Amino acid sequence: MDDLYRDYILEHYKRPRNFGELDPHDLEGLEHNPLCGDELGVHIRVKDDRIEDLRFHGHGCAISQAAASIASEELKGMSLSEVGELDADWMIGLLGIPVSATRRKCALLNLKVVRGAVTGDHDWPV
Amino acid sequence: MPPVAERTLELRADFPILERGAGAPPLVYLDSGATSQKPRVVIEAQAEHLRSHNANVHRGVYPLAQEADEAFEGARRRIAAFAGAEQRATIFTKNATEAINLVAYAWGRANVGEGDAVLITQMEHHANIVPWQVLCSERGAELRYLEVDQRGELSPAALDAELARGDVRLVAFAHVSNVLGTINPVAEMAARIRAAGAVSLIDGAQAVPQMPVDVEQIGADFYTWTGHKALGPTGIGVLHGRAELLEEMPPFLTGGDMIASVELDGATWNELPWKFEAGTPAVAEAVGLAAAVDYLAAIGMERVREHELGLTEYMLEALAGVPGLRVVGPPEASGRGALVSFTLEGLHPHDVAEILGREGVCVRAGHHCAQPLMRCLGVGATARASLGVYNDRADIDALVRALHHSRKIFGL
Repeated sequence: MDDLYRDYILEHYKRPRNFGELDPHDLEGLEHNPLCGDELGVHIRVKDDRIEDLRFHGHGCAISQAAASIASEELKGMSLSEVGELDADWMIGLLGIPVSATRRKCALLNLKVVRGAVTGDHDWPV
Repeated sequence: MPPVAERTLELRADFPILERGAGAPPLVYLDSGATSQKPRVVIEAQAEHLRSHNANVHRGVYPLAQEADEAFEGARRRIAAFAGAEQRATIFTKNATEAINLVAYAWGRANVGEGDAVLITQMEHHANIVPWQVLCSERGAELRYLEVDQRGELSPAALDAELARGDVRLVAFAHVSNVLGTINPVAEMAARIRAAGAVSLIDGAQAVPQMPVDVEQIGADFYTWTGHKALGPTGIGVLHGRAELLEEMPPFLTGGDMIASVELDGATWNELPWKFEAGTPAVAEAVGLAAAVDYLAAIGMERVREHELGLTEYMLEALAGVPGLRVVGPPEASGRGALVSFTLEGLHPHDVAEILGREGVCVRAGHHCAQPLMRCLGVGATARASLGVYNDRADIDALVRALHHSRKIFGL
């Protein structure tokens, strides 16, 4: 089996969960991966300071798309303050594959977008 | 298979890096458009200069300093001759980006003002876009773009129409596109531009390594290229300018070596080419680049072009057999430089490059520093295989095998 492109990664890439638009939404974000021109946006609906629902949109490689899909399932129901505390290790751990230095930006793009939308901090170092 | 593809050069043994990787898959280097590998003669020439002839240039009177002077100015002489340019109008820069910036600052700020326009094309590398954006916004001038058509080519009629508006001061364009591979009709374009009273700047970064380039014959006012894509070291680029234009231009960077004399309240400038070379230049790198152009000249640039054209034909034909693969740019090899950008349905270019990389196949993935062009093409990114003198058919075969393998991993 391939170390990086495991079955579940490819499964999330081909059939990403929680992709599309969410209208109306309370928060939104959009980030680019300057390395490859990839683009990922998010719409978030908030209820009682928690993420009630969210949708990602955009295009990217298997790693960035699968990471967004996998994270989306965890992010639902999370409180906004918890989201603000999420770090790179959380995302890499969730992905469960060895991520090289060059693909790190791909894996973390979704967290950068969500953190930006929730905390307003767009300078989170990825 | 076209007979021309049979006549490939056999130069692999001249490039030490291609022998690396005992235990690892052999290196299939298809990223020469980003940077070329270096032949042994270049590595040795640079090392030998540092080992035996190193001193600062243009300053010392002792014999070692004179050796360094001769090595540096001798390198300029050989590099200028290789490109068909005048020696005193051949200026060393850090890279092609700095060469373009030199013109945008020194010529641009003296010659472009409010109501003027700078014309570039949609197929430019960021290095030939951003300096003009900054110049135009600073001077209140307009930046306009020549469109790229469906075949990935520019239209001479559109160029004429732009020039006829009468406000274009400078037209900057690539000799060979780093994404599409398109070879632009540079001599014809330069002639039209000059006839309209405008100035031309040609970005030759992708052209000089792979085809005969004669700056004088092309009739370029400014022609820029970089050493590291042409088998030479990093840290050295070249600007060829028309001497009359360079004479009139103020300096770009200022400091030591570029002055004739310095008084407390001012300075006067050195003559060409040194007026544009402030500070200690990249001496060993110039020596390395001269060895690179000597190496290319010894092969003969006509033969280099024939080799790469043959391999490009072979590559286009081989890639056509990969399901879901779409090539961008001109369909025939004859209108192309030695590179092919493509997309593969169901796989992102980054994933393609990752899987290919594990098999030793090095290709570039991304926007290739040409985001406006990628938007025109309607793609976020492409993968690009680009060739050098050391590539052969086996490299293309390895590429195609790895592409089939990538599809398999993705269940396609």
